[in-house]
Amino acid sequence: MEITQQDVEKVAQLARLAVSAAEKEIFAKQLTQILGHVDTLSRYDTTGIEPTATVMGHVNVFREDLVRPSLSSEQALANAPEREVDGFVVPKILEER
Amino acid sequence: MSLHKLTLCELQKQFQAGEVTATEIVRAYFLRIGYVEPKVKAFVTHAKESAFMEAEVLDRKLKGWRKTKPLTGMPLAIKDNICTDGVSTTCSSRMLQSFVPPYDATVIAKLRAQEYILLGKTNLDEFAMGSSTENSAFGPSRNPWNLHCVPGGSSGGSAAAVAAEECVAALGSDTGGSIRQPAAFCGVVGLKPTYGRVSRYGLVAFASSLDQIGPIARNVSDAAFLLQAIAGHDPMDSTSVDRPVPDYMKALQKRDLKTVKVGVPVEFFAEGLDPDVEQSVRAAIGELKQLGAEIKEIRLPRTDAAVAVYYVIATAEASSNLARFDGVKFGFRAKETKDLLDLYMKTRQEGFGPEVKRRIMLGTYVLSAGYYDAYYGKAQAVRTLVCQDFDAAFKEVDLIVTPATPTPLIGRAFEEETILRAAHAYEQSTKWHLKKPTIR
Repeated sequence: MEITQQDVEKVAQLARLAVSAAEKEIFAKQLTQILGHVDTLSRYDTTGIEPTATVMGHVNVFREDLVRPSLSSEQALANAPEREVDGFVVPKILEER
Repeated sequence: MSLHKLTLCELQKQFQAGEVTATEIVRAYFLRIGYVEPKVKAFVTHAKESAFMEAEVLDRKLKGWRKTKPLTGMPLAIKDNICTDGVSTTCSSRMLQSFVPPYDATVIAKLRAQEYILLGKTNLDEFAMGSSTENSAFGPSRNPWNLHCVPGGSSGGSAAAVAAEECVAALGSDTGGSIRQPAAFCGVVGLKPTYGRVSRYGLVAFASSLDQIGPIARNVSDAAFLLQAIAGHDPMDSTSVDRPVPDYMKALQKRDLKTVKVGVPVEFFAEGLDPDVEQSVRAAIGELKQLGAEIKEIRLPRTDAAVAVYYVIATAEASSNLARFDGVKFGFRAKETKDLLDLYMKTRQEGFGPEVKRRIMLGTYVLSAGYYDAYYGKAQAVRTLVCQDFDAAFKEVDLIVTPATPTPLIGRAFEEETILRAAHAYEQSTKWHLKKPTIR
């Protein structure tokens, strides 16, 4: 299947990844190539085959909902690219009316 | 005395007997690192100051009352995608260049409880995506055997550091060969434990259903010794499995391989295999036979699907895992952005390297509406078929031997001791592990 630059643009938007014009061209080519290889999968008949999400067949794991020691807000904020007092700073999300 | 030449088990014995101090060990290793590191470039971060401090504390403590743990004073290197409290953990990415974790991964907590000494954090392909350690934002590592060659990857820094004797042993992580392949490239021993054997808590996630931390060491005994220290159930990782951890060192004591059935899958000796590699693998199979193993030809008919399955599943999981890097809570943030969406888009464009972007793109594509069933769903179903191949094979044999990249020996789930036992017996009857690179 041919991946177009428009496809790349749409996927990049979904992935929240800005791409340059040059990257669009390269990714279109590379994704087409890789998906061509992935098409090997279509040779296998998987009718009635259960999908494997994890190899050890895990079941849901429960624990008591207890309060335990956790990071202080100072520790949690220590790696923030931008902070103000006890919070993360982000650009404005809502437009002013 | 060149302490850096000793294996983990040898150094441990000397240290436990009080023949060397932790400070002497650390001094010897940083001398060695100073000498070879400019050529090998295995490390992203050196922990020199803290290593000397920890060693001094240990030495002072042991003067009074010599009570040690198995890894007390042992100098290890850790792949830089495993969180170390207070020591930067970069994943060799611009995205995490200045990230200092506020907590330890469970494996690190376990090593710390055993009083190990952290020498530094080793280089990797960015976010463990790659097979050469060339995809590092901080430049490539080199293969100690030939500085013009790559050390493999993604745990190339750890494998190179062990081969160059810049640490006594190291931890790596393996999603699709990232311990096994660089260990093979660097002539050291690497093991990807069964999924669930070692806690992934604090390992920066790449593909969560495949990631696993494991040892890289100079010989099989050292690898077994280190695996012993990190294996076991962890409530902090719901995919870690609550099963008793066997005594791996004890498993090595059986020197012959009678009763061990070794499978040789015909599909792995197909077109494209380098004749030199084939010859070496056939010779090794001959050696296993000499040791008493029963060699049996087996089939893994869906081998050719495995890489395609991996490519879909690993990238799908990666695209989801790496969504957390948004420039808000930690890590890199792009400057001069006009709104929140622009902040996300530019941060990720500038913070990630080309290989990571490519995998995020592919993973997002195979999970997107209209393609999910055709790619992701299909890959998960074919994964079941690939598993069935291995399940069938392991009814007939105990181990599977294949060309070394990425996996010389494959064992049943939770039977690491069988792999280690066969590898140890092989090592005892050959001299490969005694060869050392001359670094120039």
